[in-house]
Formats: sequence, structure tokens, C-alpha cells
Amino acid sequence: MQRRPAAFNANAAEALLDADLQAALGAAQAGFGVKRRKAIEGLPEFEALCDQAAAIKDHVLDHLDVYLERFETQVFASGGMVHWCEDAEQARQIIVKLCRSVNAKMVTKGKSMVAEEIGLNPFLEANGIRPVETDLGEYIIQLADEPPSHIIGPALHKTRDQVSDLFHAHHRALGFAERQTEGEALVGEARAILRQQYLQADVGITGANFLIAETGSTVIVTNEGNGDMTQIFPRMHIVIASIEKIVPTLEDAATLLRVLARSATGQEMSVYTTFSTGPKRKADADGPEQFHVVLLDNGRSELLGGNQRDILRCIRCGACMNNCPVYMAAGGHAYGATYMGPMGSVLTPNLTGLERAQALPFASTFCGKCEAVCPMRIPLPKLMRDLRTEAHATRITPVRERLWLALWSWVSLRPELYHRLSGMGLAVLKLLARGRGRFHWLPLAGGWTRTRDFPAPQGESFMAQWARRGKPKA
Amino acid sequence: MPPVNPNIALFVTCLVDLFRPSAAFAAVRLLEDAGCAVKVPDTQTCCGQPAYNSGDKTSAGRLAAQTIRLLMDYDYVVVPSGSCAAMIKRHYPQFLAGDAALAAQARTLAAKTFELTQFLHDVMHYKPAARAGDTLTYHDACSGLRELGVQAQPRALLSGGVIENDDGETCCGFGGTFCVKYTGVSTAIADKKLDRFSATGATAVTGGDLGCLMHLAGRAARRGLPLQFRHVAEILAGDVSAPAIAEPEK
Repeated sequence: MQRRPAAFNANAAEALLDADLQAALGAAQAGFGVKRRKAIEGLPEFEALCDQAAAIKDHVLDHLDVYLERFETQVFASGGMVHWCEDAEQARQIIVKLCRSVNAKMVTKGKSMVAEEIGLNPFLEANGIRPVETDLGEYIIQLADEPPSHIIGPALHKTRDQVSDLFHAHHRALGFAERQTEGEALVGEARAILRQQYLQADVGITGANFLIAETGSTVIVTNEGNGDMTQIFPRMHIVIASIEKIVPTLEDAATLLRVLARSATGQEMSVYTTFSTGPKRKADADGPEQFHVVLLDNGRSELLGGNQRDILRCIRCGACMNNCPVYMAAGGHAYGATYMGPMGSVLTPNLTGLERAQALPFASTFCGKCEAVCPMRIPLPKLMRDLRTEAHATRITPVRERLWLALWSWVSLRPELYHRLSGMGLAVLKLLARGRGRFHWLPLAGGWTRTRDFPAPQGESFMAQWARRGKPKA
Repeated sequence: MPPVNPNIALFVTCLVDLFRPSAAFAAVRLLEDAGCAVKVPDTQTCCGQPAYNSGDKTSAGRLAAQTIRLLMDYDYVVVPSGSCAAMIKRHYPQFLAGDAALAAQARTLAAKTFELTQFLHDVMHYKPAARAGDTLTYHDACSGLRELGVQAQPRALLSGGVIENDDGETCCGFGGTFCVKYTGVSTAIADKKLDRFSATGATAVTGGDLGCLMHLAGRAARRGLPLQFRHVAEILAGDVSAPAIAEPEK
């Protein structure tokens, strides 16, 4: 798999031949679909809550500067620090600087897509700091040296069998002689290893699902409790989060939490929902001595005034990809970027530049299911269409496609010519089909006939036959 | 009360016009049987959807303007395709918003434009003669389903006898130009869909959108699956004399 969006088609072709991946995707699709549906059926006001949740984020985006400053003030008041980062490089640098300030050799990490976005792990390693992923999925792909293939299930592309092999290969040296095959045993193995790491870590790095302006709190949701141990044991807790994660109040966070887990895993709530406000206080039994929030822009503020702004409402539930036929066929790695599926096909071009990622907004059938399941009411097909429009306007789409499109449109705008040409084309096709009803191969139609027969036309066009029938013309 | 003898423009769509005239004739028959005066504006071509979805909004706008001028003077416009109907009904008013006069016309046209089964059922309260023949499964094309809410109407018109396939609200992988731009993914999605169709035990698949049906029929033929594909208009009109899509002539 190539780690670039332009390779989507080649990556997808590879993915379709990968039997393990297809098995993993099949299981994931079935699981996510049923669980989400059940969770929503159990909450009659779900749709109303979604409207409310979207309105909260819209309000925040209208007043982002105000809420970000309030958040900073509150973090400061509770004894923490906020670090503003314009881009990935700044964020990486500040995180390494913070780690060095406590002579960190090893850091534990909770799951964070923003950390992926800035390429944090390779940068830490290059600076002599060993990152240890503590989310089970992230731990698995760290062992496999692969990027996440799903925003909430980073190892979704792996079968249990593959995880068994991976653990066996890596854990043998640590005293786990037997190859485990049952889920519980595998989890137990990872837990035993990670428990030691939590205690040894100098710094704990987590992401944030929400940043709460009124209290300066950061919020994470997990199902494993790994985030809590990551942030409580080490001396320093660093939160890396992008600026659009902000919400005004605790009440608002509660509203968003009610739609988040239901849309994501079909749970009413994640098993752990953890609020962090500043470092350890005098009376606290535990907690970090230092609390830092690294706030990342990385191109987001530029989206505020444009036609792609709605993507900033995204709360990373993953429902769009769980319900995307393209994602479920090609898997997350095919997108060649940090974010995948419909939300990734919108966000990636906006973060990395459309020129490098124009294949992604076209990698959609526009079936509309992503928009239908998005709890934040993000019109994903429209956003992708707008990106296609920009790609067309800036002439970065393939020349061949542009020519076909121009020709089709030009002819369609000339009805007489259209009907004359289509009549001729149909006559030729009809002749070539020789009554077989379909073509195995047609010139210039390889994109179709490589895998499908092309249905032959019945004969003359309807319009031609209708005109001859002598019906009164309109 | 359904309208009396309304003046209908049939917008046949490119694919039906070129590849499946039998579906258009069936649509005419159904509309006439439902009491409509059917006209077929003779300079109709393409609604602009391929250009619109490929990002060429200039061409799409010109084609939309041409289509609006052509269709605006009828009582109703009926389209035997959910995606082309949705283009006129949902997308024209939205993407033409920059041109106030045209947008106003687009809104007027949108209000009187309907997908075929939606029009027959919701507007004309039509009940076709009892259908004989094959056990069917229905393919809900995405645009009709999600942009227009076409789901109950074709089933009501088919008056039972439809065996539902699992995951009926999932895309078939056609997606217009997507099906040739991303052939592999498009085909993989089609295969999942075809397996669901086969699992119903139905011998025929019908639906309201010829693009999906050609894509599915073409893939089924390549795989040698014993499934027949027909536009729902043909089934409803009781006219299955033409070979099914991609089937050889008798």
C-alpha cells in the first residue's frame, strides 16, 4: 500500500485481493451496522439530539476565537499550559521540547488521530524518545508498524489470527511462550505488558474528543481505561488536540457525548469518559505534575470562511466510514492518508492540498449514506462535490476525463446533433451486438468491460421511435 | 384527489432513451393508464448530472438551464430515474442559487417534478393491474431512496410479491462515472449486492434507475448469475416482451 492519496485506485486493487482484509472488513461492517441501529432505536430523541449537537458546533465555529481564548484562560487558571501550534512541525517540536524538559525516555500514548496527523511517533523516535501505544488497536498496529485504518478502530483491518501471529512474534521474547488465539487471552497479554509501561513512562500523551471552554477541561472517551492510566501515572500529561474540538460548556459536551458513542460503536456511552482539568492539586491522591494542551490548527482556521467549513463539525465517530460501501470494500489504508472514508476524503484534501489528494473526493458513489448517518449533519457528498468542482476548475483532474465530459456536455447542449449522433452510435452498437444483448469488450469502454459485460442498446432510441409513432409533438 | 388529465412531460433520461426504450414506452403506458396526457418534449437530452457530479458546474448549469426551459410549462414532469429526478428536484434549485431568475424557475420546476413510481403512487393514486410472473427483488437506487424518499411507492405499486434483500439501503457501486473511474471497487460493491439478490431466491431484479441496473446486469452476466434485470416501469406495465437487460434477443 502506498502512503499517498493519489494511489487510491492501486491501493484499492491491492486491498480487494487481500482475503484477510476483506474478512476483517466484512466482520466490522456487520458489527457496526447492527450496533448503531440498535442504539439509535433505543433513543427516540436521537435525531433531535443530532440537530442540537450540530447547532452547538456551528455556534462554536462562529465564535471559535472567543471559546479558544476562554479555554486557554481556564487551563491556565487550573495550573496548566496551552501551546498554540500553527502546523504539524510546530506541534512536534513543542511536544519533544516538553518531553525533554523532564528527560523523558519513554512516553505512553492514548489513541489520538491528531498525533497521527502530525506524524508524532516517528518524530519522537528520531529524537530518542520511545512512544508506547496503549490503546489495544494502536498497540497492535504499532507492533505491525502500520498506520491506523479506521479512526476509531485503528487495527480494524486485522483478523484475530493475524493479531495472534503478531503478538506471538513480539511477545515471545518477553516471556509469553504460547501463541494465544482467544480474544480474552490476547487482551490479557497486551494488558500485562502495558501495565509495566504505564508505571515507567515519563510522559503520557493523549488526544481529546472535546475541549471545554468554560472549565478548561479536556475529555477523552475510551473503552479500555488505557487513557486514564496514560495520563494519571506519568509526571507530565500532554494533550494534543485540534482547535475545532472545542465546545462551550460541560452541558454541551454531554449532548455531544450522547450522539458520539451511539454513532461510533453503538454504545450508549463509552466505558470510560475522562475529564482532565489541570495538573494534580494538593489534595489530589494522584495525577500529573504538569498539564499541557497542544492546540493544533494545521489549516483548519482557513476552512472557517469557505465552503468546506461543515467538516469542522466532525466529532470523529466513524459512522460515515462504517456505512460507506467504498471504505468497506477498499479499507482505510487505500486512502493513503491519516483520515479515511468520507470524512477523510473531505478533510485530507483540505489539510494536505487538493492537488495531492484529488483522487479522494472522487472515490465516492455519492450514495449519500454517510450524510444520512452523520450525527453532526455534515453534508459529505456536497463537500466532496465542491472539491470535485475545485479540482475541475483548477484543471488537476485527468485530461481524458475532462475531454469526455466536455464532449458530452457540448453535444448535449445541441439537441439536434445529440439525437443525430446518438442515432448513428446506436445503429453501430446494435449491429456489433448481433443480437447477443451485451458486449464482452468495447473500444474506449475498458473501465466498464474489464469486469462487466456492457448491455447492448435495444435498437433505435426512444426519441426516434416516439417521433415516428406520429404522436403529437410537445 | 389526484389531478384530472394532467399535462405530463416525460423526461426519459439519456440512458433509458439510448439503451432501454421499452422502459420509456412502458412509462408512457402507465402514465396514460393513470389518466395523464403524456408529452415527450423532443429536444430533451441530458439533465447535466454527469457534469455536475464531475465538478463541471459550468456545463451542468448550461444543461440545467436548457432542461428548465424545456420542461417548465407542463403541469408535471415525470422521470423514470431517481437520480435524474433528484438532480432536477433537489440539486437544480441549490446549485443555480447564484442566478435568481433561473433559481426561481428551478424551484417551480422542482415542485412539479417526480420520479415515475413516486408520481404514479403519490400524485395519481394509481393502482396498476395485478402483476403476474417472476418473484422479484427490488433495488433501491440511492438518489431516489435518500434524496427523494422513494421506497414504499414501487413496492405499493408492485402490490406485494417483492422479496426484500438484506441491506437493501446499501449502494450497488454504480455511482455514475465512479463505475469506470474506480472499476475494481465498483465491481466489488456490485458483487456484494448481487450475492444478496441471489440469496433471496428471486429470479428477477427490478428498480427505478437504469444506470444501476445496467451495471448490475453487466456484472451478473459476466459472473454467469441466473438473474434477470428490468426497469420497474416494464414490470408495472406488464410488458416483459423485450429481453431483459443484457439478455440476448430471442
